[in-house]
Amino acid sequence: MPGRTKTRDDAPEEVDTSMDDAPTSAQQPAEEENGDAMQEDEEEGEEDPFEEEEEPQRVRILPGSSETAASFEFLKEGHTLGNALRYIIMKNPDVEFCAYAIPHPSEDKMNLRIQTYDTTTAAAALAKGLQDLEDLCDVVADEFWTQREKFEATPEQVRKRQEEAERRQAAQAS
Amino acid sequence: MAPSSGRRQPPSAEELDERNIVGINKETVTNTVSNDYPENYANEEHAWDKDAFRNSFKVQWHQNEQFEAQFSLVGVDASIANAFRRILIAEIPTLAIDIVYIHNNTSVIQDEVLAHRLGLIPFTGGKKGLREWMRFWRRPAEGEGAYDTTFDNNTVCLKLKAQCTHNKNAPANSKDPKELYHNAHLYAKDITFEPLGAQPKFFSGEDAIRPFNPDILIAKLRPHQEVDIEMHMHKGYGWDHAKWSPVATASYRLMPTITITQPILGDDARKFAGCFMDGVIGLEPVTRQEARQKGSGYEGHEGELKAVVKDPMRDTVSREALRHPEFEGKVKLGRRRDHFIFSIESTGQWDSDELFLEAVKTLKKKCQVLRPQVTNMVYTY
Repeated sequence: MPGRTKTRDDAPEEVDTSMDDAPTSAQQPAEEENGDAMQEDEEEGEEDPFEEEEEPQRVRILPGSSETAASFEFLKEGHTLGNALRYIIMKNPDVEFCAYAIPHPSEDKMNLRIQTYDTTTAAAALAKGLQDLEDLCDVVADEFWTQREKFEATPEQVRKRQEEAERRQAAQAS
Repeated sequence: MAPSSGRRQPPSAEELDERNIVGINKETVTNTVSNDYPENYANEEHAWDKDAFRNSFKVQWHQNEQFEAQFSLVGVDASIANAFRRILIAEIPTLAIDIVYIHNNTSVIQDEVLAHRLGLIPFTGGKKGLREWMRFWRRPAEGEGAYDTTFDNNTVCLKLKAQCTHNKNAPANSKDPKELYHNAHLYAKDITFEPLGAQPKFFSGEDAIRPFNPDILIAKLRPHQEVDIEMHMHKGYGWDHAKWSPVATASYRLMPTITITQPILGDDARKFAGCFMDGVIGLEPVTRQEARQKGSGYEGHEGELKAVVKDPMRDTVSREALRHPEFEGKVKLGRRRDHFIFSIESTGQWDSDELFLEAVKTLKKKCQVLRPQVTNMVYTY
């Protein structure tokens, strides 16, 4: 038995020592070899606040609200979304009143007040506003790029691009 | 007109045009507030309609260089245009020097001032790597090691190492520090980039991380002074620090309008043209036809020069014309409230036209993220 245990010990001893180091020494080369894949797994979750499915809830309804007259509190939003959203919600004929406010400049919050007629609810008006704003962005992006392509195709612009390319080539050659 | 007959017909084109013009007077501005909301005008819709917007919205391009673009958005509200402008400045991510490790700095510039200068230098590099591959760096939490969150796909490492020495071969009577010493001036181009991990795949050759303008002066040194610095670049947003703003300027102005209501002729016309920027007002001879037309104000002035509006976009709306009594009542200044002349100057990491598109995408993304949250929200009433 002692002999056997010794041989047994002997064999795993190498494995044992290497297993001690395994977590660090085996992980590090793996990280270096295909580092991107490993790190992506690791980091997704904490990083990329805009690409994650697990978005923290950033809207809440404030106390004292009713179905047709509600105040919403947005976290981490400001004038950028506030004013754009206010405008598009005011464009809704079912909305009686809409306004936004930044209650305090050092708090990253934006409040939005919506009062509607009986034909809809405040929450529905807000959801419609967000949808309309998305549609607006689509139209703007479409028109912007089609006009850009048209502009780039004008002879004057083509000439300018050519000159620019030549200048770059000349700079590279020298 | 009987009150009952009050706006029953749809408004004329002229009237619609007038609605969108901000009046600019000597000391006041009028009609500044948007009015295209439902119930603002009797018998007019004004509700949001995607197709109607698609028909009325126009983009006009004026200039499209890689890092400088000018274009107009026509038919959009100020709140929307302003949202795009704000996003351009503060909500599009870029890469900038974030952490500076000063191993040695014996120059006259203090460590913190030097670090601040370094942070503000705009860098550029491979777009694919910057946009798609690079991620945001996270500050290590308490208990974590200082570099536990630092990886090749969220940090770019730069070095700046230089020592100023005497130039033995300098001309005897030279007084120019650049001749007298080596490394008397440290420029942005002296910063070296070392690709780490998988970075060579995205940032090599033409795509290397480099200062967009190589000639930015960082510090001046004298013999025996030395700078040895390591820098970590991270991605960030303009709302955190201006060094992460992708634009030098992103601004809009409203299209000016100039309406000459009564003829301005001869020397007056020349003086009138001088009240505006070059090219805004042109001088043209009065034609025979105009001179013949009764009540036009041109009778008997054939061949004289008259002032005509050529290119109102170039005007700065200085209101100089309103100061002179001879033009009183003859000219009306204004701005189109729904015509935004955007000007976007990039700092080099993005192309200007791409930037605007990215801003539109960002606003859309904001809505996309929030809409499901509104429907899934806990309603307490």
